[in-house]
Amino acid sequence: MQLTPEENDILSGKKGEVLQKVMKTVVTYGETFGADHLVPISGSPHLVTSFGANTIKPYFEMIDELINAGLTSKENFTVDPRPMEYDKLNPGFIEKIAFNLIFGKQKDYEVQLKKLGLKNKNAFTCACYLPEVGNIPVKGDYLAWSESSAVVYANSVLGARTNRNSAGIDLMCDIVGKAPHFGLLTDEGRKATWLVEIKTSTRPNAQLLGSAIGMKVMEDVPYIVGLDAHLGEGLNPTTESYLKDMGAATASNGAVGLYHVENITPEAVEQGRSLLNPNYQTYLIDDAELAKVYAAYPILWSITGIRPDYVFIGCPHLARLQLENWIDLLVDALQKNKLNKVSVPVYLFTAPDIQEAYINEKPDTYQALLSHNIHITTICPLMFMNNPLCGKKPIVTNSNKLRTYTTARFYTDPEILNIAITGKLPENSGGK
Amino acid sequence: MPSKTFKGRPILPGNCEGEALVSRSGFNTLASFQKSVILRSKKAICSDQNNADIYQKEMTGKILCIPQTIGSTTGGLVLQTIAKIGNGPKAILFSEHIDSLAAAGVIMADIWGNHRFIVVDQLGPDFLSSIEQGQTLKITEDGTITIQ
Repeated sequence: MQLTPEENDILSGKKGEVLQKVMKTVVTYGETFGADHLVPISGSPHLVTSFGANTIKPYFEMIDELINAGLTSKENFTVDPRPMEYDKLNPGFIEKIAFNLIFGKQKDYEVQLKKLGLKNKNAFTCACYLPEVGNIPVKGDYLAWSESSAVVYANSVLGARTNRNSAGIDLMCDIVGKAPHFGLLTDEGRKATWLVEIKTSTRPNAQLLGSAIGMKVMEDVPYIVGLDAHLGEGLNPTTESYLKDMGAATASNGAVGLYHVENITPEAVEQGRSLLNPNYQTYLIDDAELAKVYAAYPILWSITGIRPDYVFIGCPHLARLQLENWIDLLVDALQKNKLNKVSVPVYLFTAPDIQEAYINEKPDTYQALLSHNIHITTICPLMFMNNPLCGKKPIVTNSNKLRTYTTARFYTDPEILNIAITGKLPENSGGK
Repeated sequence: MPSKTFKGRPILPGNCEGEALVSRSGFNTLASFQKSVILRSKKAICSDQNNADIYQKEMTGKILCIPQTIGSTTGGLVLQTIAKIGNGPKAILFSEHIDSLAAAGVIMADIWGNHRFIVVDQLGPDFLSSIEQGQTLKITEDGTITIQ
């Protein structure tokens, strides 16, 4: 790899032993993938590791080593959601004990994050690119992000450039302020090798569509056509939310780091089908294909057909528009059914900045929601379910990502609404 | 039976001999090691119920033979952690190009934890179809793998 004199000085140890190890990590990682040089990181960093799990001791020791050497991230960063928020989502007495054991280092780790350059107390969200949070890279920015749903959003919807990095590498790159130039950072790496044709009769469910694409293309780049017929051309808040959820599903059922959508995402708007590699493969998605994907989701509950304990909505975190939409839908459905409360407690997961703004702007509505058993929380539902005691609970969700990594059962939005109101699971739906 | 050899790219070179543990589908690092990391168990048993090849098989001290790793981007962190606990495989062999998550994990374990997993990648698609579970493999530091 071609390094600048300054980079070489760091690598040879002239700027200290610990910074040398940081640079050695970044360079070795880059060389493994044939990177020819390092590029300066131009957007704000985002880290995936937000949890103080007792088990990842070597990581905390490494962070201590960095802090003791006086190293910080070049720019302030955001980070994934916290694992616990007891005043908003109380898991129960025994479950709390388990949480405190599993995430026993949370307080200490948040102190470490602050020393490294955490943006602020509200910086904990997987959707850092939402306007209220404000970590929004611009087209062409180089990044070293690692949260898979944020990586695919930054690359595809914002046109920024980041590889799908692992936890730890994100921080190493942010400390030296450089990322190795390979993969999705290069023009060649952003070319599509799949043409995905959408031929559904109505707007496809974003989660199922992403799931289907992810399972088919795995880590490749798809160029999606036909979605503009359902979403319209160009980007707007509704389309951005749709693409956020679709992308998260492509990244969890596959390892997609970038997709292009014809007439919608920035590079597809600019370059059109010239983004397609000549020897691309084709994948057709129609109503039957999505029904097949949905029907194949495994049911991991030990007892099926029981009333769920929770409805979880918002993995990745909900945009403000999505939060408001869900609240309207739930409150309307309660009124229509002349009910005061939902039958299954509903938890809406969103960024701390959005939660805070909603509570401040609509204090009366917020109190009414609590009386309806509808809650707004900022934690990561995945980490909630990583607690073995919580993971055993029957939980339903409209998130394919949450379904993929936990025992939560997936249902479509209308089904989820109906479950929340009636407490009954639909028959012949929700996987096999 | 004559031995068969494969030549790959040594990413973290070394010499060792051991028993093959073969996953013909992508290896989900988090799902596979989650239980043994939480319990800090001396022996790591694969907890990925979606991986029929190696589910509930012991991974400690084996030579893990996989196409690539898949799953959560915390995968690298998991490899770094099992390196410290000492319940991981002694070597990881990839039939394809190593993926970014595994690369990060093994490199960070090597540089920050002074623990080296021997890692060879790009052994080719025939590699995985040529090995059976439990066969003895010999690895040399130039990236040559001999199935004995």
